[in-house]
Amino acid sequence: MLLSKPKLIRGGVRTDARKHPTSGCPIEPVPLPPRLYVSLAQHIGAPALPQVAVGDSVAQGQLIGAPDAGISAAVHAPTSGTVIAIDHHPAPHPSGLPVQSVVIAPDGHKRWDPNLPKPLTGPVPQLDRETIAERVAAAGIVGMGGAAFPSALKLSTDGSVNTLILNGGECEPYLTCDDRLMRERAAGIIDGARLMAHALGAERIAIGIEDNKPEAIFAMQRAAESLGGGAEVLPVPSLWPQGSEKHLIYSLTGHEVPAGALAADIGLVVHNVGTAYAVHRAIRHGIPLISRPVTVGGGAVREPQNFEAPIGTPFSYLIEQAGGLHCEPARILAGGPMMGQVVPIEAALAKGTNGVIALTAAEIREPAGLPCIRCGRCVEACPMGLMPFEIANRAAADDLDGAAEQGLGDCLSCGSCAYVCPSSRPLVQLFHYARGRRADNAAAKQRAELQKRLAEQRQERQRLAAEAKKRAAAERRKRRAAQKQKEESET
Amino acid sequence: MSEPIAAPHTRAPLALPALMQQVLLAAAPATLFGVWLYGWPALNLLLITLATVVAAEALCLRLSGRPVAGGVRDGSALVTGLILAMSLPPWAPWWIAVCGGLIAVIVGKGVFGGTGQNLFNPAMVARVALLVAFPVEMTRWVEPAPLTAAASPGWLEGMRITLFGHSDWDAVTSATTLDATRSAVSEGTGLAAALPEHFDPWLALLGYAPGSLAESSALLLALGGLYLIVRRVISWDIPITLLATLAAISALAHTIDPERFADPSLHLLAGSTLLAAFFIATDPTTSPATRPGRILFAAGCAAIIWLVRTYGGYPEATAFAVLLMNAATPLIDHYVRPRIYGRSRLGTPLSAQRKKQERS
Repeated sequence: MLLSKPKLIRGGVRTDARKHPTSGCPIEPVPLPPRLYVSLAQHIGAPALPQVAVGDSVAQGQLIGAPDAGISAAVHAPTSGTVIAIDHHPAPHPSGLPVQSVVIAPDGHKRWDPNLPKPLTGPVPQLDRETIAERVAAAGIVGMGGAAFPSALKLSTDGSVNTLILNGGECEPYLTCDDRLMRERAAGIIDGARLMAHALGAERIAIGIEDNKPEAIFAMQRAAESLGGGAEVLPVPSLWPQGSEKHLIYSLTGHEVPAGALAADIGLVVHNVGTAYAVHRAIRHGIPLISRPVTVGGGAVREPQNFEAPIGTPFSYLIEQAGGLHCEPARILAGGPMMGQVVPIEAALAKGTNGVIALTAAEIREPAGLPCIRCGRCVEACPMGLMPFEIANRAAADDLDGAAEQGLGDCLSCGSCAYVCPSSRPLVQLFHYARGRRADNAAAKQRAELQKRLAEQRQERQRLAAEAKKRAAAERRKRRAAQKQKEESET
Repeated sequence: MSEPIAAPHTRAPLALPALMQQVLLAAAPATLFGVWLYGWPALNLLLITLATVVAAEALCLRLSGRPVAGGVRDGSALVTGLILAMSLPPWAPWWIAVCGGLIAVIVGKGVFGGTGQNLFNPAMVARVALLVAFPVEMTRWVEPAPLTAAASPGWLEGMRITLFGHSDWDAVTSATTLDATRSAVSEGTGLAAALPEHFDPWLALLGYAPGSLAESSALLLALGGLYLIVRRVISWDIPITLLATLAAISALAHTIDPERFADPSLHLLAGSTLLAAFFIATDPTTSPATRPGRILFAAGCAAIIWLVRTYGGYPEATAFAVLLMNAATPLIDHYVRPRIYGRSRLGTPLSAQRKKQERS
């Protein structure tokens, strides 16, 4: 049911990829920074619960944050050293606020935690499926393409998943760390994919890679063949947002994920290639997710590079390792320029951070405040089939229900519309605004309903209490009367 | 720097002022040809129109409390003014240009809320308003008298024509091809006999014929339009659909009765068909936002052009056709929209169950 020729998605934009400065840079290890700021909220879901106290000495790979109930992920010490603080620190978090982080002063010994799980060896089909998912959870692995959703939760299904799709799209401009990872560690990625497919009970593995990465496609194809097949590498067109889960699925299978449903509902699960490699490391080497490949680039960086950096490394340190800045950057981003987040330079590397990009003012075109001329370029660019200008106009007029009717809920925030807008309108910002206001309104409504219910309950209680009192009084009167009568009759 | 700025943090290089500049550039050859063809009065008319729209735009921006310099610089008023001037009779008096410019920018656009808010094409609003209000001045078509020819008025004479009018209009004016077609049909002469005198497709292609200031040169307008398509300022959908539909309708009618209905070459090359197809109907603000919508819009324009030219009260019809379809645009945009990913055309989520069964 995989297509022999990938389908072209609707809309999308051909961005100026600007990948050449780093696509030739191998993933190099970085020296340990003087401090690591390991966020306890670097995944989607509840923050991890700290397992260490200030002053504790920690070993490399030691659990420092245990997953909370529900959606959450474990966090490990990226190196050995001392916990010097547990405090709030800037991080690439959707809220834009500092998050609780464990600050570690490395001792430089890189002393491994002796309690790390033993590597699982042997052919993939002989391994226990549940053990794989458990190990992935214990290793704190989250989606490494940027979303940072706890991966183990996407490995335990009811067996209805028949195909695992690996996302090697990397369609964000500037970013090349997935490209490099596929070129350099293809065998590990394929092994990780096979482990995940086995855990899912999926028969097939499809690997979608954008056709602007011929070396990666070649390396992955060779690795897939040499590891005994079962995984198919499929080049997909280089187009933003080809790497969106929904669009990769459409390209490879011709099917759409129904609105409001999950990929798993149509028998598919999508994982990033980086995640597959992290799974390979966790299962075959017993190493939890404590470092990741990251592209450090952008026009303001002197020597853009790819690094394998410990989680918690400050962005400022990474940029320093890449030769520093040659001019004041207009913006520093966690992730790529299409969907990345503006962060302060003190922010620290998280598991989902695939890029640290320092952009010059010339690389950005600021919203110019020009009016919408209804040219329809955003409609043509929208990969979801929405009419972005209609949503934005309603959001700007505070017509939140109107914005929702126009499909606000289906928007991916991929930014294709804003990218092509000749008036540089802040379309995505308007969508965020409308979503935020709607969430606020929903919460306020819920609060009001709760208050109403509590008030009603209190009234009901008071009524019951009053009735009981009345009944008791009547009872007392009756009793007293009866007693009086009795006394009278006795006397 | 610390305030939340939403992605994307990079954008395509094409900006609104550049788009407008491209339109001005693309319309320049046909306009310059018109100025050459009709001489100094045409140049006067063009300059007065442009000056009026810029002043009117500045006034509107000021009244609505928006930055005047930035708003004027986006160039949309100049585009409106240029297209209006292109469609005026070349020797029209100065006050036609002033009235037209004011109507276009203030009534056509300003009162709706400025650039991007108007329902109707501002230049066409002005053209129709002028045509209805000043039918004599708006239908005075001079014979071509190129600047280089002896018959062309000199600079001073040109100024006099623009300010005070010509002393003997009958000596210099003539009927347009569409006028001639119309009278031939209504007088029962039959097209085959009447047309050769008034319509030569080759001359029409070049634009050597009585008509508006710059809508006569089919060749230069088409070249400008193709340039806009190649540069992706406009997309092919509206011009191609409009021209193809008009050609198809007129070819069909012409086959049925060649004496009654003009052939496609006349419909495509005479009048302002090409100006409308490439420069007027393609106005983004007043045409639908989706491609299927724009195709519907352009087909509607073509049908109305043919109907009004053939049966209506005016020989030329593009302005009416565009305005009528402008009015239909909100309706088209309401009904003709893309299907949302993961949903049916009606907006309900696709069924996951069905997909799963298909797989197994």
